[in-house]
Amino acid sequence: MALLQINREECIGCEACVAACPFGALHMDEERKAVVDDKCTACGACVDVCPVGALSLPEVEAPAAGLEQYKGVWVWVEQLRGEAGSISWEMIGKGRELADQRKTTLTACVLGYHVEHIAHQAIAYGADRVILVDDPVLEHYRTEPYAAVLVDLIRQYKPEIFILGASTRGRDLAGAVATEIFTGLTADCTGLDIDPETGLLRQTRPAFGGNIMATIICPNHRPQMATVRHRVFEMPAPDHTRKGEIIRVNPHLDEEAIATKVVDFIREEGQVNLADARIIVSGGRGVGGPEGFEPIRRLAEVLGGAVGASRAAVDAGWIPYAHQVGQTGRTVRPDLYIACGISGAIQHLAGMQTSRVIVAINKDPEAPIFKIANYGIVGDLFQVLPALTEEFRKRLHK
Amino acid sequence: MHAIVCIKQVPDTTEVKIDPVRGTLIREGVPSILNPFDTYAIEEALRLKEQFGGKVTAISMGPPQAIEVLKEAVAMGCDEAILLSDRAFAGSDTWATAYTLSQAIRRLGPFDIIFCGRQAIDGDTGQVGPGIARQLKINQLTYVCKIQHIDFDKGEIRVERLLEEGREVVESRLPALLTVVKDINQPRYPTFKGIRRASRMEYPIWTAKDLEGANPAYFGLDGSPTRVVRVFTPPPRSGQTEIIQGETVQEQAAKLVEKLLAEKII
Repeated sequence: MALLQINREECIGCEACVAACPFGALHMDEERKAVVDDKCTACGACVDVCPVGALSLPEVEAPAAGLEQYKGVWVWVEQLRGEAGSISWEMIGKGRELADQRKTTLTACVLGYHVEHIAHQAIAYGADRVILVDDPVLEHYRTEPYAAVLVDLIRQYKPEIFILGASTRGRDLAGAVATEIFTGLTADCTGLDIDPETGLLRQTRPAFGGNIMATIICPNHRPQMATVRHRVFEMPAPDHTRKGEIIRVNPHLDEEAIATKVVDFIREEGQVNLADARIIVSGGRGVGGPEGFEPIRRLAEVLGGAVGASRAAVDAGWIPYAHQVGQTGRTVRPDLYIACGISGAIQHLAGMQTSRVIVAINKDPEAPIFKIANYGIVGDLFQVLPALTEEFRKRLHK
Repeated sequence: MHAIVCIKQVPDTTEVKIDPVRGTLIREGVPSILNPFDTYAIEEALRLKEQFGGKVTAISMGPPQAIEVLKEAVAMGCDEAILLSDRAFAGSDTWATAYTLSQAIRRLGPFDIIFCGRQAIDGDTGQVGPGIARQLKINQLTYVCKIQHIDFDKGEIRVERLLEEGREVVESRLPALLTVVKDINQPRYPTFKGIRRASRMEYPIWTAKDLEGANPAYFGLDGSPTRVVRVFTPPPRSGQTEIIQGETVQEQAAKLVEKLLAEKII
């Protein structure tokens, strides 16, 4: 039902609203009064042009219910083609801890099509309850239907805490949901814990390019929402004997009403997901050209890792932007980051300095990258990398 | 065609220093710049203007000195630029910022497309773009690395979105809000003519009063659900750097591999 209110007494039939509506949701009836149909998205374009103020929209409502009505920890489990992302299990692991601290339950929200198996996995990883919304409209992630479903669920079930992975999808979705619900959202957290006195969720995140950390709370709105970076929290071990409840929800979605369609997915050959990668071998200006990435690729291959790059290498056109690590690229947190021919500009460090172990290979012993590396080799990467690749091959593939 | 670009003045985070005693940011002497991602947003809007005609409006919210980034936008080629500046907007988190910007955008008249950068380099949240889209009830397309097709008459758009696993191609309806990544284009430099125009132009400053009909309870701190309770410097990386020595690279490689295997990370 359209949210738009039309005062028929005041409407003068000028049709200004009809012309202004971007969605064609308004027309004049036989009495020359404006009427609205379901295409209305409550965007307010008509409200602004009505010369007599006959149109109005309800105001965004703050949570009317008391905060104490909001209970339980929720996690959104994201999936691509029926396969759950590991970041979601990291969220379940952390969500389990938070739920135990708050002495409450952990609920996983699984949205998709033919994804019941993910609901069972979520229980194995630690959820007490799964809200399963299985519908053809939800096959591919799209902001509109996913946000609509979650907003409805939040309004109905009133969770206290809602966490999502800070993947591209998670950040896209969380921003939409938090705006609609009118609650606080903290992006890209690297720490979550419960304040023992107030019971509030303390959300800690880097800002200013990793120069500072900020702890943020959301005292008067619910749910307290946060997105969390990849690989910050431990992946829990699944226990397939765990029991949990699965609630099936019919979303009543209409494909016709959704403007956005996913038409294709382009995968680069040999591309490994940097965000999920446990090992990343990265090249910078020192690789000298596109062919300079060959020894880097070979080492990454032997280690089962992904190939990264500094901004200098990407801007030179040696490797696509999807590989860029750093402030204007991706933020990564692998177990092992091998920086080859990368001087270590602060913009690059901002994207990788929380890696567990950093190895730097550079000709220049004064390169700043050596200051944050655990291990360094001063030398020519074109000699060091083949030697390293050969050594790993010997040791790992005996 | 009317494109709106939302831009932000940010401190150059690569120049930020930390007060070692108090652990706070030293903001003095840190240059303020146009958020790097926003330059790609401006460029993409200008390219559409060149192709289809129409105008590009830049809008920013911030202190009076944020006019500097609007000047940069005009120097690049934006036609109009508006600053939202009022003490009432102070303390806005991403929710209140998105609300305030969306209220201003509604008063800019009909638009076809809104561009934002992927995120600002100071806050790094990437939440304001989706927030504006939701407030305006228009489609959001985030992490866009290419506009494959756009037809303003039919209200169609098809873009590539850069995700972790590859590029997703999606079609949607206009008006829409796009947040763009660096890959989308190569931003132009301001021209001499543009700089002259920017220096002569009037920059309207809109305050809370100009956003008539907006709910003042949603501005600034009042409209911000989140509160920052603590700011601190991250712990430095612990440990020393061990430089691996050796007679030959083979020896260095063998020593390094030994150490990495001992770390149990491979």
